[in-house]
Amino acid sequence: MDLMSVPIGNYVALSSVIFFIGVAGVLTRRNPLIMLMSIELMFNAANLLFMAFARVWVHNAGHIFAFLVITVAAAEAAIGLAIVVAVFRSAKHVDVDDVALMKG
Amino acid sequence: MLAVVMLASAIWCITATRPVYSVVALLLHFAALAAMYLTLNAEFLAVIQLIVYSGAILILFLFVIALLSSGVAPFAVGPDRIPRIVYPALALVAIALGFITYALSRTTALATPTGTAGGNLGPTGLADVFGSVGDFGKALFTSYLLPFEITALILMVAVIGVILLAGDQTPYVPSCKQASENRRDMREAVLRGGD
Repeated sequence: MDLMSVPIGNYVALSSVIFFIGVAGVLTRRNPLIMLMSIELMFNAANLLFMAFARVWVHNAGHIFAFLVITVAAAEAAIGLAIVVAVFRSAKHVDVDDVALMKG
Repeated sequence: MLAVVMLASAIWCITATRPVYSVVALLLHFAALAAMYLTLNAEFLAVIQLIVYSGAILILFLFVIALLSSGVAPFAVGPDRIPRIVYPALALVAIALGFITYALSRTTALATPTGTAGGNLGPTGLADVFGSVGDFGKALFTSYLLPFEITALILMVAVIGVILLAGDQTPYVPSCKQASENRRDMREAVLRGGD
């Protein structure tokens, strides 16, 4: 299979579909862990676009920025899970609708 | 094929009833994504994807799930959120379909210019070939050194924040009551010794 015959539009379509699956996950689920996982899905959709466009224009800036995005995603996942654990310590259940302390 | 696996596992991830199944689906998604990176001449990023995401982040998710599931029903089951978000969801779906049709209509305009940049599109693994580890590292430590250093700062801030958020809440010094008891014991010992 000649992989270069795959046009860039297919990558853009796949990436946008995965991104909106992630958006749907954030909007519909109540479980904060699954919301964090949906955020990871969105990060990966963006990374896939970086890769595809770095391949189209033969330039590795896309690779560098995808690497940085992966690093920031790791930091975000760590902090998000720490927040989940902290909320679980204060209240013995985790529901994102009940965490309204900072609501104006 | 990879795209089908990625889409199916992504949908499974957000519709799974238990978070553990969701993690498994996300693992499948990341594996397919790493394979797709390999087809895009990004071998180093494929390895990084497998190690960092599948090896570190998902294990972190699994630890938190195991930690929180030890109690009784940690995730409250409330009223469904679906009816509140029907109209925003429809708007988002319309926007997404717009993006996709636009992307697919522009497909022929952006043909891939292969081999135009000096013809360095050989099999990856050689030193100066696009996508190889050497190429990536050379670019990361010369042209993009400042973002790399900022990444180090971000990771340090994340480590400090996680320790503050989820670390042990009790400080190292003994508590006030314990300290006063210690002082009283020492004073009584001194007084007894004085007698």
